[in-house]
Amino acid sequence: MSDVTLFAQVKDPENRPNPYPLYAKLRDTPVSHQDDGTQDGIWVASTHAAISSLLHDPRISSETLPAADRPRTGNPFIDWVVKPIRDRITDTHRPFIFRDPPDHDTLRAAVMHEFTRERVRGLRGRADTLVEDILAKHCNARDIDIVSDLAYPLPVTVICELLGVPADDEPKFHDWATQLATALEPDTLTDDALRAENSRTFDAISDYMSGLIAQKRKAPKDDMLSGLAAGKAPGVPAMGTYDLIATSILMLVAGHETTVNLITNGMLALLRNPHELQRLRDDPARAPRLIEELLRYDPPVQFRNRTTLAEIGIAGTTIPKGVSVVLLLASGNRDPAAFSDPERFDPDRSDNRHLGFGGSLHYCVGAPLARFEAEAALVALARRLNNPRLIADPPPYRPGSALRGPKHLRLSIDGLTG
Amino acid sequence: MTVAQERALVIGASLAGLRGAESLRRAGFTGPVTIVGAEPHAPYDRPPLSKHVLTGEVPADATTLPNLTALDADWRLGVAATTLDRHNRVVGLATGEALAYDRLLIATGTRAREWPDAAQGRLAGVFTLRNRDDAAALRRALTAGPSRVLVVGGGFIGCEVAASCRALGLPVTLVETGPTPLARVLGQNLGAVVAAMHEGLGVVIRSGTKVERLEDDGSGHVTGARLDDGSTVAASVVVVALGAVRNTEWLAGSGLSFDTDGVDCDANGHAVDADGRPDPRIAAAGDVARFPHPLYDGRRVALEHWGHAVAQAEHAGRLLAGTRPGAAYAELPAFWSSQGGITIKSVGLTEGADGLVIAQGDPKQGRFLAVYGRAGRCIAAVSFDCARWLPAYAEQIRAGSPFPPIRGATDQGALTILSPGFPEQRRPEVSR
Repeated sequence: MSDVTLFAQVKDPENRPNPYPLYAKLRDTPVSHQDDGTQDGIWVASTHAAISSLLHDPRISSETLPAADRPRTGNPFIDWVVKPIRDRITDTHRPFIFRDPPDHDTLRAAVMHEFTRERVRGLRGRADTLVEDILAKHCNARDIDIVSDLAYPLPVTVICELLGVPADDEPKFHDWATQLATALEPDTLTDDALRAENSRTFDAISDYMSGLIAQKRKAPKDDMLSGLAAGKAPGVPAMGTYDLIATSILMLVAGHETTVNLITNGMLALLRNPHELQRLRDDPARAPRLIEELLRYDPPVQFRNRTTLAEIGIAGTTIPKGVSVVLLLASGNRDPAAFSDPERFDPDRSDNRHLGFGGSLHYCVGAPLARFEAEAALVALARRLNNPRLIADPPPYRPGSALRGPKHLRLSIDGLTG
Repeated sequence: MTVAQERALVIGASLAGLRGAESLRRAGFTGPVTIVGAEPHAPYDRPPLSKHVLTGEVPADATTLPNLTALDADWRLGVAATTLDRHNRVVGLATGEALAYDRLLIATGTRAREWPDAAQGRLAGVFTLRNRDDAAALRRALTAGPSRVLVVGGGFIGCEVAASCRALGLPVTLVETGPTPLARVLGQNLGAVVAAMHEGLGVVIRSGTKVERLEDDGSGHVTGARLDDGSTVAASVVVVALGAVRNTEWLAGSGLSFDTDGVDCDANGHAVDADGRPDPRIAAAGDVARFPHPLYDGRRVALEHWGHAVAQAEHAGRLLAGTRPGAAYAELPAFWSSQGGITIKSVGLTEGADGLVIAQGDPKQGRFLAVYGRAGRCIAAVSFDCARWLPAYAEQIRAGSPFPPIRGATDQGALTILSPGFPEQRRPEVSR
C-alpha cells in the first residue's frame, strides 16, 4: 500500500474539482482495503457491480454514526443529567438514513405516505414560478453566481414549503443545515471536534423543530410536518416526537444540500458541453434525459458509508465483519463495465442505470423533488442566460468529498432574455 | 457459420418463440425465418392474464408483446404444427402443408390441464386460464356478477385468480387437495402464510379437500361442485386451475425423447432422441423444454417461468444461429406472482429442500424472505414483498453457499431452521 492511499487522495480538497481519475484507479480493485488512520482501515467498493451488490446485501448496515457523546460543559446538572438523556435520545432516534430495518421501514413508510403525488405535483408548478421570480431580480445583471443566486434559494424554498417550515426562519437553519450535512463525510467517524460541533448544532435545530412540531400539533396545516405529526399512514404507528424531530431535520438538511449541487453541477456540465446547452435551449423536453445523465456523470452524492454486520465475500475478497465500507456511487457511475464511453457526457445514452440516487431501501426519498427542481432551474437558465461564460474553470469547491459541489459558480452574462 | 439459404422454423409464437426468433436474427442468421403459432394472436404476455386482465385494469388484447428488434419473419398464426419428420426435415401443419427447415426451435409451451370429466368441463361457467381468449371470457363472466366463484386448485394461477376475484369484490372459494395452497412449491410452512393472506382477503379456503364432481342446472350451466367430504359449494363460475400440460403430442413419431412433461434437451439446449443423441438442427426453449440444470446436479427440469422462457430462448437462438455457446444454459430459475397486493418472488428451486429459515422480516407482518436449504446448502429463496434482498440470496444460491446462508442481516437475530413441510408425491421433474 502506498503512503497516501487512493481514498485519502479522494478526501484531499486538492482533488475536489476532479476526483474521477482517482475513481478509475480505484476500480482496478472492485473492493479495496484502504488505510485511513483507523485501526481497521476502510473498505472501498468502486465498481457498479460491487456497489449494486452491496446496496442489496442484507449484511450491510446504515447504522454508521458513532454513539452520541456531547462535550462536557462543566455544569454538573447538564453534564450528569441532561447530557446522558440527550445522548440516549440521539442514539435511539436517528434519522432513517442512519437506521436499518425494521425501524427504517416504518419511518420511511410514514414519510412516503405524506410524500403524495398531489403534493409533489403542486410543488412542481411552484418551482417554475420560483425560478422566474429569482431570475427577475437579475434581469440586467452582467454576472450571476448560480449557487447563491439560484441553486441554493430554490431547493430551500421548496423543502420549506413542503415541510411547512416558515421561510422567514430560513437564515436560522442555513448554518445548521450546512453543519449537519457533514454527518455524511467520512471524517465524522473520526474527527471529535466535528462531532462535537454536530452535536451542538443538532441540539439547536432539535429545539427549533420541536417548537415547530408543537405548533403543527396545535394548528395543523396542509403540509408534510402536520401530516407526519398526525400519523395517518395506514399500518404504520404514528411517529413519536423524537423520531419526528430526527425525520424533519433529515428532510430539511437533505433538501438543502443535495439539490444545490445537482443544479450547479448541471450548469457546469452544460457550460463545458455548449452544444448540450444549445440543445436544451432549443428543446426543453430533453431535460429529463439530461438530468438522469447528470446524476450519472457528476452526482451530488459521491459516496455513502455503510458497516458490515457479517463477513461478506465479494469480488474475490472478503470484507470482515464490523468494518466501514464506502460505496463509491460516483465511481460506479463511470464504470466502463456498466456504461459505454462512461467519461462522455451523453444525455442520449440508452441504458442509464446510474447510482446517483443510491439504490435499494435507502434510495433517495426526495428523487422526484430533485428531478423537477433541476429541470425547472436548468431549462430556465438555458433559455434565459444570454451568452453565459464561466469565470473560473474549475470553480472553487466546498470542502465535502461525499456531498461534493462548487462553492460558487460565477458566470459572465450579457443580461437575460425573455 | 450461417449459410444464407438455410431456413429456420420456430414452432410456437409466444414469449419463447418470439425471443428465440429475435435472438436468431441478432446472432446473425440471415436466412428465411417462419414462426408458426396455434393461436391466432401475435405473441402476447401471459402474466397479466390472471391478474390485471381479470380485474379490468388491462384489456386482454392490450397484452401484445413488444418486439425487441425489427424482426424479419413470416408469421403463420392460427395454425398448429402436427408432425415432425426429422429425416426429411419437415414440419407438418394442421392445414396439411409441410414446412421444410434447416434449423428448428421447439417452443410450443403448455396448455391448461382440463377438468378430467369432459362433459362437466364443457358446462357453461367452467373456465380454464391459459390463453388471452380464456382470460377475456373469464373476465366477461366475472363482470356478469356471479353468485360465487369456485377456484379448483391452489397453485399460482388458482391463487392469483382468487385474489383477483376478491379485488372485484366477488365471493370466492378455493379448493385445494393439498394441505395448503402452494404447498407443492413452497411447502406447508409458507403455504400456511399464503392461506392466511388469502383468508385475510376474504377467500374461503378448503384445503385437503377434493372436488368430486361439477354440478349443473340441467340446461348446461354449472351450479357448483360436490366435494369429497360430502359438502357442496354453490358457484356460477368455476375456474379449473390444475396446472399445465406440455404441448408435445405433435412430436410423436419424430424420434425425439419427449412425454407429457416436456421434450428432453442436452446441456447445450439441443433436443435429444430416445438414445440421448442431440439433434444439432433442433433446440427447445421455454415451458416445453426439459433440460439438465447444472445448478441442480444436472437433474432434468422443465420450468414454467417467464424469465426462463426469455433467457433460454435467447440461448437457443444463438445456438441455432451457429454461435458456439460459451457455456451450458445455467440461468438461476426465478419467478414472481402477485396476489392481493403482495408480490411473491423466488429464485432457485425449492424441490427437495430439507430446511427453511426466515432470513429477513416477519411472516406475521406479511413482509419477509425465506431461504430453503438442502443437505447443508442453500437452494432457493422466496420473498414476500421483500424483493430487494433477493439478489444477495441469489448470489449465495449460485455459489452453493452453506445453509443458512446469511447470518447477521439487518433485521434478524438468531435463525431458526424450520421444516418446509412439502406434501408427499411431489412431481419431481416439474417446478411451479
